[in-house]
Amino acid sequence: MDVELLEIRQHMGRFPPFETLSDALLDEVASRVEVSYFKAGEEILALDQELHELCYIRSGAVEVFRRGGELHNRLGEGDIFGQLSLLRHHRVRYPARAMEDTLIYFIPEDMFQRLCEDDDEFADFVELQRPRLESAVEQQRKNNDMIITRVRKLLTRYPVMVEASTTVQEAARQIGDFQASAVLVLDEPGDNPRYTFRDSEDRAWQVRGILTDSDFRTRVVAEGRSPDTPVGDVVVNKMIAVQSDESVHEAMLCMLRNNIHHLPVMHRRRPVGIVHLSDIIRYETQSSLYLVSNIFHQPNAEGLARLAPDVSAAFVRMVEEGADSRMVGSALSTIGRSFTRRLLELAEETLGPPPVPYCFMALGSMARNEQSIVTDQDNALVLSDDFDPEQHDAYFLEMARIVSDGLDACGYPYCKGDIMATNEQWRQPLATWKRYFSEWIEEPNPERLLHSSIFFDLDSVHGDNVMVEQLQDLVAEKAAQSPLFLAAMARNALNRTPPLGFFRTFVMEKDGKHNNSINLKRRGTAPLVDLIRVHALACGSRSQNSFDRLDDIDRTSLLAPGVSDRLRYSLELMSMSRIRHQVIDLEHEQPPDNNIEPENVSSQERHNLKEAFQALSHAQKFLKFRYPMPSSRSR
Amino acid sequence: MTMLVPRRPQVPDWPAYLADRAEKARDPRLARFFAAGTASPDTPIGEAPMVALDMETTGLDARRHAIVSIGVVPFTLGRIALSERRYWIVRPQRTLHAESVTFHHITHSDIERAPEFGEILDDLLETLAGRLVVVHYRHIERLFLDDSVKARLGEGLIFPVIDTMAVEARFHRQSWLARFKRWVGRPPASIRLYDSRGRYGLPLYQGHHALTDALATAELLQAQVAHHYQPEMPIGQLWT
Repeated sequence: MDVELLEIRQHMGRFPPFETLSDALLDEVASRVEVSYFKAGEEILALDQELHELCYIRSGAVEVFRRGGELHNRLGEGDIFGQLSLLRHHRVRYPARAMEDTLIYFIPEDMFQRLCEDDDEFADFVELQRPRLESAVEQQRKNNDMIITRVRKLLTRYPVMVEASTTVQEAARQIGDFQASAVLVLDEPGDNPRYTFRDSEDRAWQVRGILTDSDFRTRVVAEGRSPDTPVGDVVVNKMIAVQSDESVHEAMLCMLRNNIHHLPVMHRRRPVGIVHLSDIIRYETQSSLYLVSNIFHQPNAEGLARLAPDVSAAFVRMVEEGADSRMVGSALSTIGRSFTRRLLELAEETLGPPPVPYCFMALGSMARNEQSIVTDQDNALVLSDDFDPEQHDAYFLEMARIVSDGLDACGYPYCKGDIMATNEQWRQPLATWKRYFSEWIEEPNPERLLHSSIFFDLDSVHGDNVMVEQLQDLVAEKAAQSPLFLAAMARNALNRTPPLGFFRTFVMEKDGKHNNSINLKRRGTAPLVDLIRVHALACGSRSQNSFDRLDDIDRTSLLAPGVSDRLRYSLELMSMSRIRHQVIDLEHEQPPDNNIEPENVSSQERHNLKEAFQALSHAQKFLKFRYPMPSSRSR
Repeated sequence: MTMLVPRRPQVPDWPAYLADRAEKARDPRLARFFAAGTASPDTPIGEAPMVALDMETTGLDARRHAIVSIGVVPFTLGRIALSERRYWIVRPQRTLHAESVTFHHITHSDIERAPEFGEILDDLLETLAGRLVVVHYRHIERLFLDDSVKARLGEGLIFPVIDTMAVEARFHRQSWLARFKRWVGRPPASIRLYDSRGRYGLPLYQGHHALTDALATAELLQAQVAHHYQPEMPIGQLWT
């Protein structure tokens, strides 16, 4: 190594994209550098000037402008600029000026091209923004086994299978012989071709269901059935299974959602094994599974409240093990739903069976499966149209109170906006809900738009979920047909804008002002979720999760090719940053919040976040044009 | 502005001096160097090819101490080209004191393997030829070079230099404002290389490596011209 260049290479080696270069390449860069000093106020790059070098800020600060003279960015020590011009037409697109006395290292073009060719990470960093966001997300994902490992890897042997006519005694004996803990019950092919397959003797079978250890206890012994009962009489006619090429994570979520411990794994329609909860736990010390089953075993609200600290512990562990934002969001939502469901079960135990059918629904982040560790409760009750307030409301008000108080005790504080089933307005029969939603869509006003942005992320948690499905259908059908509503929602989605980026230890706003911290939810994830919701409503999507909504949007031509990918990566990056900073808070025994302080943001994360902010900003600009206010005549 | 800056000491007629030496030099290497001459005194600094020079020595006395390393970086007011840098460790004929060894980050074995000054003189002269040399504190570089060359060839090596320390002194020592400050009892501003750089927002380097210091000197000159002069400033106003 060239000792005399230490000064230069050590400095560059501390900043991306140079920090990951090999020593040999870094030496070469340092030896090719040209240096120039610029006094504060002096122009470094003039608009349209020819450019054949990459600029690196050794000291000082630089302002970069857009063509129109509007501030584009403010850069400090270790930042680079000029790469876009080098990658495109060698003309300066963004002129730059020294803000302070500044020393610039110029890296010649041929060196720059070699770095792009020899080092993928360098190329990703400097190249166009989409691959950059993509590579950042990919990098996060690479660290996570659960997402890439397929569930078939957990299978050690074929499942024990018995015919429906087999006696429970014989089935129990086979379980014992094979040291298994469940059998699959086979029957003549019937109504469900999904689970119909042919065995090695070319005989067709249908998988009817699974019978587990505990089923023998609860459905056979406890009910006093004879050992000669055929298993077909005992097994529940409902198969929940996963495909063998699904990820371990997907299998885990499936078990969480359905609260089951055994999960049959299929290769196409043929059963190839059974995964047990403990297989996944052994594979990944994922404690959210334990937590969920623990929730369902609590005998009262006090017991549930005692589990609250376990939620943040599970959250921290999940993040440390490399979960991505979707895994964290859906695991936390599942945990939140489980608390809610258990509280409803306890309420029903206390109050007796409900006088009319109901569905308890989750709104907002829980409905989207994007819950964070910092969250309050947003819920509502949909009641059957047989509901008679005089007779029935006392029951449901009490139920709502039990749930709401219980959730508050479990760490889900009361909703400040009173979006809770305890509020009479949000405890109504289905017909009233339909009227609400129709009015909001047909005649939007500021209050109704605010409600729409909360209530149009909705999902059932417990009870008669068909009612909530009807509401989801209504929203999906009506909103897409209402240009006025879409335009109003689009405008509403622009109320919160992202910052420009970071500058030194500050968050920089578009007008050049600085802030000490940034609320990443308010300025990042929430406006992006709002924006995705508008597009999703426009294309009649019935999905609630933002990533699923983007998939639906992709099937239309609402967005230019590639845009939805950028939004997907941006959402993932911003969500993960927020999550990581909440973990930092928890590790420092601070109450987690949605703020991030720039000094806790690594330089790589800064660059990624900045790209994400820009993607959001562009998408917001597009939204305005995509959903214009209809002229008064066409209204 | 000129009113505020005291008159500079007498500066030789450098082009004439170099032409004279080119004629009289006996050593062909020196003759070539002097013949390359210098740009005329009215050349704007913005157009002059320059070279920053720094050397590490075993002490301050050119007659008793020796050169151990030399770093040079060719540059212009616009650009310092690191790819053209040169750096030599040289083996002194006088013994190396232990204390200065640590000081220079150069080890005994580095020096044992190094060429003697006479062996690198060719390369050095070639890098300097035709360029205006820039140093920080000219007395060290000028005296040591002159002395070392004289000791080997019997004739000396003197050429015009821009001394960034002298430039710094003009604004921080000799200006009327600086004198006034001194008169009211303020301590004088330090005009050492790294203190001077700090005034222009230039980064702190680990000093005492001849090449790093040469780079630091080149950067300092760029900054001084950016702050105090124009690129049109004739070099004859700056050299000594």
